[in-house]
Amino acid sequence: MRSRDLGFRLAVGTFALLLVLIVAAIGFELVRQSWLSIDRFGLGFWRTSLWDPVGGQFGALPFIWGTLYSSIAALLLAAPVALGIAVFLSELSPHWLRGPLTFLTELLAAIPSIVYGLWGIFVLVPAVRSLEASMPEGLRQLPIFSGPPLGVGMLSAALILAVMVVPFTSAVAREVLKTVPLAQREAAYALGATRFEAIRAALFYARTGIVGAVMLGFGRALGETMAVTMVIGNNPQVSASLFAPQYTMAAVIANEFTEATDALYLSALVEIGLVLFIITLLVNGLSRGLIWMMARRSPARAV
Amino acid sequence: MSPTVTLPPHPVPARPSRTGPAGAPKIEAEALSFFYGPKQALHDISVRIQPNVVTAFIGPSGCGKSTFLRTLNRMNDIVPGARVDGQVRVDGQDIYGPSVDVVALRRKVGMVFQKSNPFPKSIFENVAYGLRINGMATSRSELAGRVEESLKQAALWDEVKDRLHESALAMSGGQQQRLCIARALAIRPEILLMDEPASALDPIATQRIEELVYGLKRDYTIVIVTHNMQQAARVSDHTAFFWLGKLVEFDRTDKIFTAPAEKLTEDYVTGRFG
Repeated sequence: MRSRDLGFRLAVGTFALLLVLIVAAIGFELVRQSWLSIDRFGLGFWRTSLWDPVGGQFGALPFIWGTLYSSIAALLLAAPVALGIAVFLSELSPHWLRGPLTFLTELLAAIPSIVYGLWGIFVLVPAVRSLEASMPEGLRQLPIFSGPPLGVGMLSAALILAVMVVPFTSAVAREVLKTVPLAQREAAYALGATRFEAIRAALFYARTGIVGAVMLGFGRALGETMAVTMVIGNNPQVSASLFAPQYTMAAVIANEFTEATDALYLSALVEIGLVLFIITLLVNGLSRGLIWMMARRSPARAV
Repeated sequence: MSPTVTLPPHPVPARPSRTGPAGAPKIEAEALSFFYGPKQALHDISVRIQPNVVTAFIGPSGCGKSTFLRTLNRMNDIVPGARVDGQVRVDGQDIYGPSVDVVALRRKVGMVFQKSNPFPKSIFENVAYGLRINGMATSRSELAGRVEESLKQAALWDEVKDRLHESALAMSGGQQQRLCIARALAIRPEILLMDEPASALDPIATQRIEELVYGLKRDYTIVIVTHNMQQAARVSDHTAFFWLGKLVEFDRTDKIFTAPAEKLTEDYVTGRFG
């Protein structure tokens, strides 16, 4: 019995270890394949904007910018909605509505990225174009609303990402809210709290996990490829404007990988993959850590 | 522990022999029944609880004493499927009436729970919470004054006055429970409900809570649920004995423990079952 137990532990332990090895191997391979570019451009790769495959000059800044910009904008749009859904489902919804609504929000996460992209091209982009065109002249002077109303661009990308991230973030936030002990809500109610105030107390208790849920959505937005590629306009530029067509790291790899014929070009694309890998790993690690801290309920810091 | 296993040697009386000592009551329940969905947890309870005394509810686990306590500040409202029949009056007003403001009721009828449940905030902010949400302090100095006063009332001030802004979760279990008492007292309730406040504490911390309860009755009407009969005998003036969701007997504590009217009460307080 004892030796069989050991065998089982070894077997599942191997699988777990395998996973760590795969992540390490991917990291190693990304570094190896992009070595030519790392060696040539060094840290300048992160900081320069020129992307010229013909001239052999590669700088990733516009892609890094576009990825972070679209993801952060998506986050700002998605977080309040996702949080609202989570609070409604866990605190306010009548019992009979809870199941179907949860099912529907989670169904959103099951729609393939390419389908979102098609919806983006045929529905979202024209809608965004007319929204942009109807923007009052005064607001158009602001840097974030400057440029011609194309429809494709940062705003469409941020909106489509927000829709894709909402089910994810709200599901995690709901789970986090479920870990808040009933005793916390009772403590608030017993002191004369209204329902809203009791929910606020629960949200405060769950704050670390909520931040983790939002960051997890952020991590997802960073790596999202297909739908964004279809609506962002694919123009490598660093622009503050929501109306400007821009580019993301995932999109440039998807678009240009097949035509990268020389070694340096290919190596530069792989290095973009490496940058994305590092950023995504950091964001996900941080958010998982926050959720884990919450689940463990370490004595929280005084506020 | 299933109550059906240890059936009493005598049936529960149809009517309790006493619904409480005489006098104008602070809290009065009349023919109160309580249901969790289809399951009836309380049967036709009538009691009259006097002001400025400590009233203890005793009885074995699952007898309904905590459920009854929670009907007194409508804490059961947040339980889905809960339903109440009959009346509870506080100062003569039916708290289940249609025009009752539950928030105002809970301000008047404070509560301390079995497991201490401080907010993950500082000691100061825990006590200040009720004052803030109810808009009960108009200035910073008034807020600080009421926090200090409440911590003193809960016999906690000397231990925490130098670390008011540290996390409440870093305190010991007994201190956390006294903090919860201070938090409840801060909004100046008239009645304090305590649901087994010392059941998770060691004997020394328990003793401090008991001393506190004894001292607080001058200013508050206190109702305490306990499964510890010695505790009921030590801290309370009046004791109500519950059994299977029914009130068996309610009288002065010394009578309950020395000369109960019901055989069932006598068997319970002498430890013959339960």
